[in-house]
Amino acid sequence: MKAPAFDYHAAETVEDAVGQLAEAGDDGLILAGGQTLVPMLAMRLARPSVLIDINAVSELAGIEQLDDGIRIKTCTRQNVALNSQLIGESIPLLAKALPFIGHHQTRNRGTIGGSIAHGDPAAEIPLIAVALDASIKLQTKNDTRNLSAKDFYEGPMMTLRKDDECLTDVTFPIWQEEGKLGVGFQEVSQRHGDFAIVSVAAQMVLDGNNVCQRVAIAVGGAAGIPVRLEKVEANLTGSVINQETIGDALTNMADFLDPVEDQHGSAAYRRRVARVMTERAIWEAAA
Amino acid sequence: MTKRDITLTLNGKTVSGQADPRMTLVDFLRVVLKATGTHVGCEHGVCGACTIVLNGEAIRSCLMLAVQVESQEVITVEGLCEEDGSPGILQDAFRDGHGMQCGYCTPGMLTSVHALLQSNDDPSDEDILEAIGGNICRCTGYAQIIDSIKIGAERLREDKS
Repeated sequence: MKAPAFDYHAAETVEDAVGQLAEAGDDGLILAGGQTLVPMLAMRLARPSVLIDINAVSELAGIEQLDDGIRIKTCTRQNVALNSQLIGESIPLLAKALPFIGHHQTRNRGTIGGSIAHGDPAAEIPLIAVALDASIKLQTKNDTRNLSAKDFYEGPMMTLRKDDECLTDVTFPIWQEEGKLGVGFQEVSQRHGDFAIVSVAAQMVLDGNNVCQRVAIAVGGAAGIPVRLEKVEANLTGSVINQETIGDALTNMADFLDPVEDQHGSAAYRRRVARVMTERAIWEAAA
Repeated sequence: MTKRDITLTLNGKTVSGQADPRMTLVDFLRVVLKATGTHVGCEHGVCGACTIVLNGEAIRSCLMLAVQVESQEVITVEGLCEEDGSPGILQDAFRDGHGMQCGYCTPGMLTSVHALLQSNDDPSDEDILEAIGGNICRCTGYAQIIDSIKIGAERLREDKS
């Protein structure tokens, strides 16, 4: 199918982009990598009057080291992030999830910020953002604000981003706890690169006695938004990590999920898979 | 919406055309520039038939708008030929290795592999699978495609030395 008609503006600066966005009212959309938006246009699921292209805005691409985190500018390509030594060393959970996104060719175009702003409940980058409680920066013509990723998502493809806001960067925190930091990422999909049916991300710090000092676990594809398993995290924190403590912590975890039913699996299947994947992700992070 | 003038470098030559903002790059290549070597399959980024090389990177030309290619450098399967239009080294390798049957996926396979070989002239099986993992072939079962890529990579290395 072919997209309906729209106007196009290639922004040169962030000011230019948010100015155009304000002018468009509720009818403009930011075009970043386009790996989701362009098919949505073709299928006529999105019908903006104007697309504001930020691909040429150099200040919106790049990866920066901060004191306590890594800032990724919105238009940073997924493959650039995947090949970044800084991300590999400082946000290993993101590095572990990035190869699961689409294919080599789509990661060459697809962006970190675009995926976060789109908010597909099965997407990997929003899941990691929620797991690590990343900080999302939104800019309008007159204002900027920062939102925590755990507050950002409201439902499938629904976020707190307002129509006149452009997501400019996302900052992933670096954990400072003493001990051994481990990460786990588990995903079930029909084929590699397909949308996840269920995915789980876990990051954990263990001390020398195998006691969990800090843990974050999030599940994707098992509700309308990525879900943090805060109760499981609270149960594991301060415990020695073994079969018994993990089993205890995961009791009733499926009650916190609200999976959809579709052709890929029933809600019961997704709950069951989420439980298994969570256990595997915890073991992977503890290894 | 008014048509936009677009000028780009296509396979080493400067070319121009006009397109509505809504026109995808693959339609622009095929319909406006008459470069029909690039195939269009699923039109939503799943099949890989429309893969082209943009500024050295393999990308989907159905997921990019024609207006976005202004002043950029594009290589399509036509750019892999010899100057006289006969098949290039990689294309010959696909013929000799029986790396195709119906040929629909072939332009996308060739451009994906071309991009891979620019940065890695001796790819491992894993590198090859990663590079063409986004290209669907419903005929071959991929084994002969992978063989052909290895033949092509070897010949290109010999050609360089």
